[in-house]
This record gives sequence, structure tokens and C-alpha cells, in this order.
Amino acid sequence: MENKEIISIKELHKHYRVGDETIKALNGIDLTVNKGEFLAIMGTSGSGKSTLLNILGCLDLPTKGDYLLDGINVKSLNRNQLATIRNKKLGFVFQSYNLLPRTTAIENVELPLLYNPSVSNAVRKEKAEQALIAVGLKDRMKHLSNQMSGGQQQRVAIARSMVNDPVVIFADEATGNLDTRTSFEIMALFQELNDKGMTICFVTHESDIAAFTKRNVVFRDGRIIKDTQTKNIVIARESILGLKNEDYILN
Amino acid sequence: MKFINLLKISLSAIIRNKMRSFLTILGIVIGVAAVIAMLAIGNGSNNSIRETISSMGTNLINIKPSRPVFGAVRQASSSSTVLTVDDVVYLQNNSKLIDAVSPELDGSGQIVYGSNNWPTQFYAGNEDYPYIKKYEVASGRMYTSKEIKKASKVCLIGQTIVENVFGDKDPIGEVIRFKKIPFTVIGTLSEKGDNTFGQDQDDLMLTPYTTIMIRVQRQTHLRAIVLSAKSEDSIEETSAEVTELLRSSHKLGIDEDDDFEIKTQEELISSFSSVSEMMLVLLGSIAAISLVVGGIGIMNIMYVSVTERTREIGLRMAIGGKGKDILRQFLFEAMLLSVFGGIIGVIMGIAASNIVGSILGWPILITTSSILLSFLFCTFIGVFFGWYPARKASALNPIEALRHE
Repeated sequence: MENKEIISIKELHKHYRVGDETIKALNGIDLTVNKGEFLAIMGTSGSGKSTLLNILGCLDLPTKGDYLLDGINVKSLNRNQLATIRNKKLGFVFQSYNLLPRTTAIENVELPLLYNPSVSNAVRKEKAEQALIAVGLKDRMKHLSNQMSGGQQQRVAIARSMVNDPVVIFADEATGNLDTRTSFEIMALFQELNDKGMTICFVTHESDIAAFTKRNVVFRDGRIIKDTQTKNIVIARESILGLKNEDYILN
Repeated sequence: MKFINLLKISLSAIIRNKMRSFLTILGIVIGVAAVIAMLAIGNGSNNSIRETISSMGTNLINIKPSRPVFGAVRQASSSSTVLTVDDVVYLQNNSKLIDAVSPELDGSGQIVYGSNNWPTQFYAGNEDYPYIKKYEVASGRMYTSKEIKKASKVCLIGQTIVENVFGDKDPIGEVIRFKKIPFTVIGTLSEKGDNTFGQDQDDLMLTPYTTIMIRVQRQTHLRAIVLSAKSEDSIEETSAEVTELLRSSHKLGIDEDDDFEIKTQEELISSFSSVSEMMLVLLGSIAAISLVVGGIGIMNIMYVSVTERTREIGLRMAIGGKGKDILRQFLFEAMLLSVFGGIIGVIMGIAASNIVGSILGWPILITTSSILLSFLFCTFIGVFFGWYPARKASALNPIEALRHE
């Protein structure tokens, strides 16, 4: 159970054609992520981390090489099958939250389950409520997304990403729009989810955010140049206490 | 995706953008309302023409002499002398399908009563004439067959004459002069009102046909023969039989043309309603154009909406929405918008028709078919014009859509 491979990538290449030039965004990547890992994918812009995330997130297909997600080879799937995989096995958290405007928190969280015909209305409601409770928004279920703070919106987004019980959550610069305290709170939430067994891939270029994760993978020019286990994992809850209280207003 | 979920998603997207949704459907609302109102006005005038003609009797068949040609000049049908009282008797004795038949004469002249005088129209027939032409005696009595035989100088008058010549006085038993001949008023006719063509149907005087033939016009031929078929369904057969009988009565050879014309009410209706039906088509097409313009409005807004909601589309795709889910959502949104517009348009159209009807006094007829037609049409428009933007949305690349600013 503990060593179950969620993501397994072998010799992965991704090439783009821009005009006459071929850009090698990913150049032979090997990566294995086991269940329960908390992974930070790091690198400067143009390093290929976004391209990898798109492929990992089944939004894009590799040019060459194999990608096994939870035992399924993604390479052979068509557009609709990829959508179904995303719906059932993956969760996404974005830098800019991407919530539906003027829509309540619970409706936003329910959204992925609406695209799954095997989930009944009652189950959908219950799961969405549980997800919102898990991210600490029990009292704000009926609040509209645009009436919430950034941190709250990102919590709703996290609830949305986990409502379908995914095998892995992909977070793309999920703290990029947030202040330090709120960033730490979000990381604390991710750590909490990870402690409960959720596999998380976190793309970031900030090393102090990466310090909250268990494993750091660093990209440069389409290759992995470093893959290390974090030695001293920072506990986000403790970091929050270390912040000067007067500088920040609690949400 | 389940239909109910689709409905939910589309509906909440519409509600989320109330103002835009309202502006989008405005075109459809006006289009549908215009179609309903135009059709109501067109159908109303059509219907009132039909009613007017039917009120003269739907079983009615009119026989007039053909217009005779002397040299190369076609004469008025009244100058022909082919129809006679013998024809009427011949039809009475030989037809199996005729309900009632009467000679008809008419003309105009001045009624003089004391110091009052009034120009009017007279009609003359036998004792069945009021029955055939749907006139009813309001007071007094109808003339008898004995009076017809004697060419008695008696008459019945319409309500317009009663009012204008007699005022409050009871006209029965009074003597009026018409073409210098004294007529005793023996009855009045019930009010019929104006017909669609603006003619006063109560401005007439009714006398025995013999009186007119012998004492007024001094002629032996008839202007027309009117008869009623036993039922509306047997009008065709009856007119065929009458044609045969008249041909034999007139001793026409096989290669000779009829010297008379038979007109049924149905033919009259169709000749009069052709104009108003043309108007109906014209009005309807103008309204339909406005509906199409409304549809283009929906397409514009949906198109803008797709661009504006690119990120939303990207997100929906990222969390598992398939291309066809997105297509259906946007198509359904367009359809819902046009159906909402249709509902409001129908209500407004009915209201507008009634307002026009009550202010201008035009005849209004709102038919279920016109409501159904405009409703189906605007749903079709929603699908038709919603398809292109929906297609565009469904074909978006989720990665680019998510990155869209």
C-alpha cells in the first residue's frame, strides 16, 4: 500500500514546434511518485516544470515515452478518456483559484462531481460538504466565491480538488497570489491532507514553500537536475506562530 | 453528464449573468412579441371577413347572369335578361338538394316619410328570402305569399331606417313613399351591424319581388337567384345540380357556355381574404426577420461569453468536462435563453395585441398555432445560433484556456 506507484514516467519527451524550430521542453524524464508522497517540482520559468505538470495532469500528451498514472498508460487515451481520467483520478489547484464567480462555495466544490454521471445528487452534496469541512470552511458553504478572501478562495479550490477522492492533487503555484501568512496556512492544509495519505505534487519556484514538502525535484532545461528528500521538513503550523502577529490580520 | 445536471449548470450560468442574459433575450422577446401581435392582427382581420360573409349564410349560393358581350363590349351582368321567375320555379320543382330558393332584385332610391327622407337600398325576394339571407323579423310580420301574388305595396325596413326616418315612433302600419309609390311598413328587421367592408347591413328595405318587378322596375328578368343548400357540406353537389338544371332550363347545347355564374360563399370568402392573407404573410415575415435578428443577438452575446469565460471553460475541462459537455452546456444556455425570451415574448405579444385591439378597435385573433409557431421558431433559433459559439467553446485547448487572461 505504502509503496504503490501513483505516477511512473519513463524516458519522457515533449517537443513543440514553433515555426521551423523544435523546442524540446522535456528531454528524457524519469520520475516515480509513490502514494503518500508530498512532492515539490521546482525550477525557473522555461525549465519545463509547467509542461510536465500539464502532462502529469493529463491535459497534454507526451511526444515520446510512457506515463503510467495509477497503472493506466495515458499515452493511448483519446480526449474524452483523458477527461474522464481527470475527473476521477486527479485534482487541480491553480495559482488564481479559478472558482466560478458569483457562485457559492459548495456549488464550486460540487462541480467535478457534476461531470461524473455515477454520482447521485445526495452523494455529491455530502461529499462537497465534507470537503469544505476538511478545509475549515464549514461556516462559509453558502458564501459566494467573490465575497471571500484569497486564502478562503484557495481553500475552496483545494476542497474542489479533493472532492472526487483523487489519487493525486496537482497544485500549480497554489500560493503564488497569497501573502506569507496565508501561504503558510495553505501549506499547513496541504501538509494535513498529506498526513492523511493524500499524494500531492506541488509546482513552485519558491524554495521556502518547497521546504514544507517531503521531496524536492528541481528542473533545468527540460531535465531533472536534482531529486532529493527534504532533510528538515518545516511544519507550516509552527511557521505561522513564528510570524509577527501585528503584521497580519487573521482571517 | 446527466440532463438535470446540465440544466443546473446552464441555468446557474444564466442567473450568474442576469444583466447580460436580459440584454441577450431582449431581441428574442421583441421578435416573438412582434410575431404574435402581427399574426393576431392579421388573423383577426381575416377572421372578421370570414365572419361577415358567413353571417350572410354559409349555405348560400348566388346565381347571376354571365356578363353578356355585345360586339366586343362586355356589359354589366344586370343588363342580361337570362334569369327569370321560371328558372326559380324550375329549380323549386326539380332540385333534390336545394333547401330554399328565391328570386332577387335590388336597387336604390329615396324613402320619403312626411318631411323626412332617406336614401337607401332595397332588396326583393319571395317569402323564403329572409331565411336564405339570414334576416330576422324584429317586429311586425313578414309578407305573405298572397301579398307576393298580388304584388302588394308592403315592405319591411332595417333598423337604420327606423332610427333615421321614424325616430321613436313605431313604424309599423305607417306608409312611406318609395319611387313615388306608397309602401305600408309591415315589419322591421333585426339589427346586424356593419360588416368588415364598412357597409351598414341595417340600411335596407325588403319587399316582395313581384312588387318591384311589376310596379317599380317594370321588367320580367331577375338580377339574381339566391338559394341555400341543405347543409354546408353539400354546397358543391348543390351548385353542380343547379348548373345542370339551369342549363336544361335555358336549353343550352353541350358546346355552349353557361349564361349564368354560380358563386358560393366559400369562393367569396377566399376572394376577399386573399388580400388579408397576403397582409398576414407580409406582417408575419417582417416579424420573423426581427426574430432572426434577435437570434443573431444571441449568437453575438454567446460568442462574447465564450471568449469571456475561456478560463471557466478551461477549468471545466481540467476537472473532467468533456468537449461534448461544454458544447451541450453552451448550446443549452442559448436554448434556455431563447425559450425564456420566447415565454416573455408570448406574454408581451398577447398583451400588445390586446392593447392594439382595445385602443384601435381592430379585430384581434390570437391562435394557439401562432404561439406554438413562434415558440418553436425561437427555440430553433437558439439552437441554430447557439451552435457556433458552443462549438468554439468545446474545441478550446484546456491548457491555453486556463492560461487565458
